[in-house]
Amino acid sequence: MIGELGHFALALAFVLALAQTVLPLWGAARRDGRMMAAAGPLAHGHLLACAAAFGALLYVFAVNDTSVVNVVQNSHSAKPMLYKLAGAWGNHEGSMVLWVLILALCGGAVAGFGRDLPTALKARVLGVLGLVAAGFLLFILVTSNPFGRVWPPPADGQGLNPVLQDPGLAFHPPLLYLGYVGFAVTFAFAVAALLEGRVDAAWGRWVRPWALAAWSFLTLGIALGSWWAYYELGWGGYWFWDPVENASLLPWLAGTALLHSAVVVEKREALKVWTVLLALLAFGFSLLGTFLVRSGVLNSVHAFANDPERGVFILGLLVFYIGGAFALFAWRGPAMAPTGMFSPLSREGGLVLNNLLLCSAAAVVLVGTLWPMFADLLFDQKISVGPPFFNTAILPLTVPLVLAMAAGPLLSWKRARLWPVLERLWWAALGAATALLLCLFLAGWRVGPALGFGAAIWLILGALADLADRIALFRRPAAAWSRAGGLPRAAWGAALAHAGLGVTLLGIAGMGLATDHLSAMRPGQSVALGGYQWRLDKVEDAIGPNWSARRATVTVLRDGATVTVLHPERRFFPVGRSTTTEAAIHTGLSGDLYAVLGEEQDGAAVLRLHHNLLAPWIWLGALIMALGGAISLTDRRIRVAAPASKRAAALAAKA
Amino acid sequence: MSLTSRRALMLAPLGLAVAGGAGFYGMLRGIGTGSYDPRGVPSVLIGRTPPDFALPPLPDSGKSGFAAAELRDLPGPVLVNYWASWCVPCIIEHPQLMRLSREGVPIWGINYKDKPRDAGAFLARHGDPFARLAMDEPGRVAIDWGVYGVPETYFIDRQGIIRWRWAGPVTPEVLDGDIRPLLRRYA
Repeated sequence: MIGELGHFALALAFVLALAQTVLPLWGAARRDGRMMAAAGPLAHGHLLACAAAFGALLYVFAVNDTSVVNVVQNSHSAKPMLYKLAGAWGNHEGSMVLWVLILALCGGAVAGFGRDLPTALKARVLGVLGLVAAGFLLFILVTSNPFGRVWPPPADGQGLNPVLQDPGLAFHPPLLYLGYVGFAVTFAFAVAALLEGRVDAAWGRWVRPWALAAWSFLTLGIALGSWWAYYELGWGGYWFWDPVENASLLPWLAGTALLHSAVVVEKREALKVWTVLLALLAFGFSLLGTFLVRSGVLNSVHAFANDPERGVFILGLLVFYIGGAFALFAWRGPAMAPTGMFSPLSREGGLVLNNLLLCSAAAVVLVGTLWPMFADLLFDQKISVGPPFFNTAILPLTVPLVLAMAAGPLLSWKRARLWPVLERLWWAALGAATALLLCLFLAGWRVGPALGFGAAIWLILGALADLADRIALFRRPAAAWSRAGGLPRAAWGAALAHAGLGVTLLGIAGMGLATDHLSAMRPGQSVALGGYQWRLDKVEDAIGPNWSARRATVTVLRDGATVTVLHPERRFFPVGRSTTTEAAIHTGLSGDLYAVLGEEQDGAAVLRLHHNLLAPWIWLGALIMALGGAISLTDRRIRVAAPASKRAAALAAKA
Repeated sequence: MSLTSRRALMLAPLGLAVAGGAGFYGMLRGIGTGSYDPRGVPSVLIGRTPPDFALPPLPDSGKSGFAAAELRDLPGPVLVNYWASWCVPCIIEHPQLMRLSREGVPIWGINYKDKPRDAGAFLARHGDPFARLAMDEPGRVAIDWGVYGVPETYFIDRQGIIRWRWAGPVTPEVLDGDIRPLLRRYA
């Protein structure tokens, strides 16, 4: 019953999405206020229907309703509740429902918060969002019904992949989708601007917060996925250049570029056409990722059920949305005259450089990901493009990007001079050089990590130099505090995000110096690794809700004092007849102490111990980047939209 | 820039998107007809004996390596599995290999382009399903076999003829749908 209601809610959402497309777009073309005004209520209705469908899906998973095929395939009564619920979006059908729900949430937010949006622009944005939602709802209804029944119902579900029972993986997809779908909103703004044939500062002001929010969520989602790979796979890897990882990196790179070029549109009304193209690209890459993961054209661990039928449908959607948007771009783009001149050495110039480098990186990743597939198709050649290609191709782009990242925010708009900027950055450069040399001195001739430390310190100190300059810390220290209070939050956010990347680089550089040790140990024995003594105390049996395990107790000591006690486990899941290893990780500021229990033989247990220097900083940095995005979102410019303040000013003038 | 060249430039994204779309459509059609297979080309070795090779054992594994000659005149069918510790899908397929090994099916592993230490750690962590374990560090034997990527699994009957090849992880579906019927047929 609940399942059928959920299915009905999906159908209702589809109809509402169609109405949300047709009425406002038609109304905007005909300048009909009533039709345009229908956009908001329709978007809210559409949101309600999607929420009902998702609620129904959660319900059938929560009660383990085995008459639903999806539950049978992906759930089991012995799973803890969190993973039953996470199972609802851990499969193809359910994740599509989550996708449309998040899209509807974005539409609802545009309708709700966009009171000051020009009516026609708002109607067009909501119309385009409705069109995107309608396509994906149709996809769910036609090819991927999450509520399909099976009769007679089996006694219990089959889905108990223990590798996927993990909090990191439970929240990885929703965050990633928030990012992907957030770019649907910037896409809608870009298409609406093309329909109107106009891009102005106000448009940039509306696009930027959405790009920021989407970017922040995508950053968190990617970081969470990489963190999962790190502690689940457990030999110190955190990024593998897997095609599906690349698919999430592409919209991130395009989104990062969009974020920066939208600033130029907002402040200087330049780079308009380029920004529109980036907005189309960011969402295009998101859809491309969806297509690659779900169609079966590539072979990856992340891939959902591979089904060429579904692939053709998603490809149709991809071609319709992206091809349509690019056609519109080719038609309306040339008419948008370039405005806002600036010299190459200026803030705008710096942001253009940023865009060029980020887009080149995106092109490298795109080519590296797709080339094997196209080589196979066109030349019948099997090639594989692996980490060596990406590492060597991305590094030359990263070096100038990092160098320019610290200097860019210090450049002035329109026309800048290089010398004053370098003058303000000399101590950051000194710090970076010190870090580089110190690393070479302490860790031997390891160029990679040394460069990483240098770049990290350069970015962090560069962000500090930017802030210090803005609050005139050294020129007028007395007034610095009050100036800090008056500094726009966007400036704080930008500095924080740049420093966040520096923190991530610190972690990556530290991981370059990680050490590990593998040995068979008997209880009571100990080994030395990374300046610590690791002592195996005992190995015993343990029981969990749906598994039994062997659990080791490893005491880690430093100078005779206990630092931590680790409990690595090997878990056996009777239902799936499979074994997983649960690494025990002690996270500290200086790095991770990481222990993995292997097989036991003749009273000795094989233990793999890692000292991962600075590892947590990789994800801490991502968190800081996302936090920077969030702080930037609370900027006054965004909270108080320009038209509203103009109106307030007009009212004040009248009074 | 003149308006015409601006126009041409702005058509470029559309052109690329259309070309990409056509390519993807070709791939999807190819999956349907079998001419495009993301999991690799069907092996030319099916129905033949493996190419000649002799590989050393993985150091410190306590297992013996093996040569092509040892894959003939076997007491029963054997699975030959190419794997590596750096390969993510290998972790996905590992429980299935462990299950087969517990059931007594001999799996001969070939560790591909790997460091012995890492390979040993992988087995210590996830369990060791291999009856024999050879090392192909330069990956040259893998080229002779036509290995497309790891993991890759070959089914060899007791006469030493390759009957089946699977590029990609051995999932529970592959185990039940392909390997078990093969084991029954060639037992």
